[in-house]
Amino acid sequence: MAKKDWGLLVLLIVVGGITALLNPRFLSAVNLLDMANLIGLFGIFSIGVGMVIITGGIDLSVGSIFALLGVVFIDLLVNRGVPWPLAILAIIAGGIVLGAVQGLLVTKAKLQPFVVTLCGLLIYRGAARYYTTDATMGFGYSDDFDWLAWLASGRSWGIPHPFMILIAVAAIMGVLLHRSVFGRYLFAIGRNEEAARFSGIRTGAVVTGAYIISGGLAGLATICLVFYTNSVSPSSFGNFYELYAIAAAVLGGCSLRGGEGTIIGIVLGTALLQVLQNLVNILGIPSSLNFAVMGTVILIGVLADQPFVRRAIPSLRRERSAVRQATTPGA
Amino acid sequence: MAAAPLLSLVGIGKSYAGVRALDDVGLTVEAGSVLGLIGENGAGKSTLMKILGGVVQPSAGSIVVDGVAHSAMTVAGAARAGIAFVHQELTVLDNLDVAANIFLGREMLGGGPLRLVRSRRMHALARPLLERLGADFGPETSVSRLLIAQRQLVEIARALSMDARVIIMDEPTSSLTLQETDRLLQVIGELRASGVAVIYISHRLNEVKLCADRVVCLRDGRVAGGLARDEITHEAMIRLMIGRELRALYTPPRSVPQGALCVIDRLVTGAFPDREVSLTVHRGEILGLAGLVGSGRTSLARALFGIDPILSGTVTLAGETVTVGSPRAAIAQGIYLVPEDRKREGLVLDMPLTENISLASLRRYARFSLVDRAAETVAARRQQGALKIKTHDLAVHAATLSGGNQQKVVLAKWLSMAPRLIVFDEPTRGIDVGAKGEIYALMRALADDGVAIVMISSDMEEVIGVSDRVAVMHEGRIGGVLERADLSEFNILRLAVGQDAETLESA
Repeated sequence: MAKKDWGLLVLLIVVGGITALLNPRFLSAVNLLDMANLIGLFGIFSIGVGMVIITGGIDLSVGSIFALLGVVFIDLLVNRGVPWPLAILAIIAGGIVLGAVQGLLVTKAKLQPFVVTLCGLLIYRGAARYYTTDATMGFGYSDDFDWLAWLASGRSWGIPHPFMILIAVAAIMGVLLHRSVFGRYLFAIGRNEEAARFSGIRTGAVVTGAYIISGGLAGLATICLVFYTNSVSPSSFGNFYELYAIAAAVLGGCSLRGGEGTIIGIVLGTALLQVLQNLVNILGIPSSLNFAVMGTVILIGVLADQPFVRRAIPSLRRERSAVRQATTPGA
Repeated sequence: MAAAPLLSLVGIGKSYAGVRALDDVGLTVEAGSVLGLIGENGAGKSTLMKILGGVVQPSAGSIVVDGVAHSAMTVAGAARAGIAFVHQELTVLDNLDVAANIFLGREMLGGGPLRLVRSRRMHALARPLLERLGADFGPETSVSRLLIAQRQLVEIARALSMDARVIIMDEPTSSLTLQETDRLLQVIGELRASGVAVIYISHRLNEVKLCADRVVCLRDGRVAGGLARDEITHEAMIRLMIGRELRALYTPPRSVPQGALCVIDRLVTGAFPDREVSLTVHRGEILGLAGLVGSGRTSLARALFGIDPILSGTVTLAGETVTVGSPRAAIAQGIYLVPEDRKREGLVLDMPLTENISLASLRRYARFSLVDRAAETVAARRQQGALKIKTHDLAVHAATLSGGNQQKVVLAKWLSMAPRLIVFDEPTRGIDVGAKGEIYALMRALADDGVAIVMISSDMEEVIGVSDRVAVMHEGRIGGVLERADLSEFNILRLAVGQDAETLESA
């Protein structure tokens, strides 16, 4: 684990510890497992968005992807009688296709990622609302999908399945990002796309790959989210979720300039966001302050990582320079 | 030289975290004279100039301006004393026009509540400054349309607009062509005649010799020595810089070039859609590619390496016609490029050396597309040893190395594969003399191993010293090819300006 990740873990423990001191209910099994469930749900797609951010891009479209794929998913299962394994594959494939289109618009048409995915955000949301004529879709009273619901949002040995899925996704993506050739290329492109291209890397294909991963993970997350809420109202389902993902990635050490970030960091960032939400609920802070608390903590976290703040904190400076001397002798 | 010194530095010292960057450095600058400041990279030139500009505070010594001693300079104080910089990396903004750049931060404002910028007045004030420098563009020209040399004139005009008395030029000619360099040297001569003092920092000893009244050399943070006007020779300067005789900057070839490796036939690139380039490069030779900036040398290199599209014509490598549609395709053919802009195109500065070295060949160190870091490190270490990359640790970021070592890392990236043709674009730009010799030796060793090398260079000494043959480009085509025996500055220049001897003499 990188130093930044340890710092984040410490922050997570400190925030959790304070909350637990103020209200011991925080540490109850029920509360912790509920939180794990949410961390799972949000972590899956935050990792995808994080991959895009590492290339120096951004993905604003995931929240709307949930709405569009969510209504399609329920429609396939309930109204069209598509077998569930096929429906799941179709939804993940749908996410991959949307990601690929966005990736190609960024790399081939050379459009700015912000613009491309902002248009995605608007288009998918509008398409979802048109698809259902703005009506909420649900599974009704049918119990045909109980088994699928258990798979996507149930628990085994007490552990929520979305959390298990997140661990699996994080493990695979961790190897992909930190051990594979593809991951190395992602970092190289994020730091200097020109030099990567001059080294023979197919930068367009690699960047498109990151958008495909983000789309695919958004598809996977859609399935879990649909069963978490049990219905999809296309105008509000997944609203703002792209911002949760970006916040988790930034909190987890990704730089919006690209080339920085770890999977563990993104997962810890997601966890910290959920702990903060939980803190707001459990400490009886008015829930209207929810976003304000989150924003403040992210701001403090990002500020603490700025050079001028590090310089102002002598103990931090000593630690940093010691590390620097240890890693770069005489360079 | 009876003039009272405008400015002098006395006993300047500077330590960074216990490391001595400068120790007891003194120098004086007289009005109307040019001081050449030389020394290898890391000798302390930049630190000294930063102290002069008030950006860095010295730990010892004093700065005397007009007879008043200061223990440190401030940025505002330096500006008030008339000290101005013309930076190596130009600091003009290319979305503004020339006059707006000259008066950046000191815009003329109109009256009234809005205090609008008075562009016309700035244009009027900028015009005489540009005329004084012999600029061939007006104050209303957008900087984005100017060449690097012209942008530099804008910087000098900005210095003059602030009534600069001392202008510090840091490697001003590193991106200029010969002609532009000559022009700049003329401008410096005129500045001197009008009483301005110039501190001229350069690795190009020829230019220092041409323009400097005195030379001061720094070595390891100390003054290694000074030379008066009639003592300034190449040998004397090199001796001061490296503290020993430089026996051979250029390594002689061990073997003779063999048959043709790369035949470029009637190649047309986007930069010059109506010009064809035909050129043959032999195995084991270093072919110098000379010409003015903008004559199509870099366009040719970019086309060969698959960055810019080839409109028509063929490239044949060892008898086979190859298509180079992308850098990836070029690399697969063994065609590599050491680009002109190392920091942007050659290296990922914020990545460890190991990862930079393996970037182009990463798949070789991967199993099931997972990187085998041990194998990668072993390969990087081998390259470090072979190229003598000076660092204790291959995990440091490329940004921390000196220019010469960075260039070796770019080269290391390619040498772990199988080069057939390597194009070097300005291989020693911004690199100090000692490291230059090493880069030349590496190029020569590659050629001796049968690799074909094309070296694009604007440094005339380098072109003549290193090349086996020289092709000279002029306005998008090959103006002529000179054999080793015919290499001379005059011959190269003649071809570079299109064989018009009359233009040459008037230039």
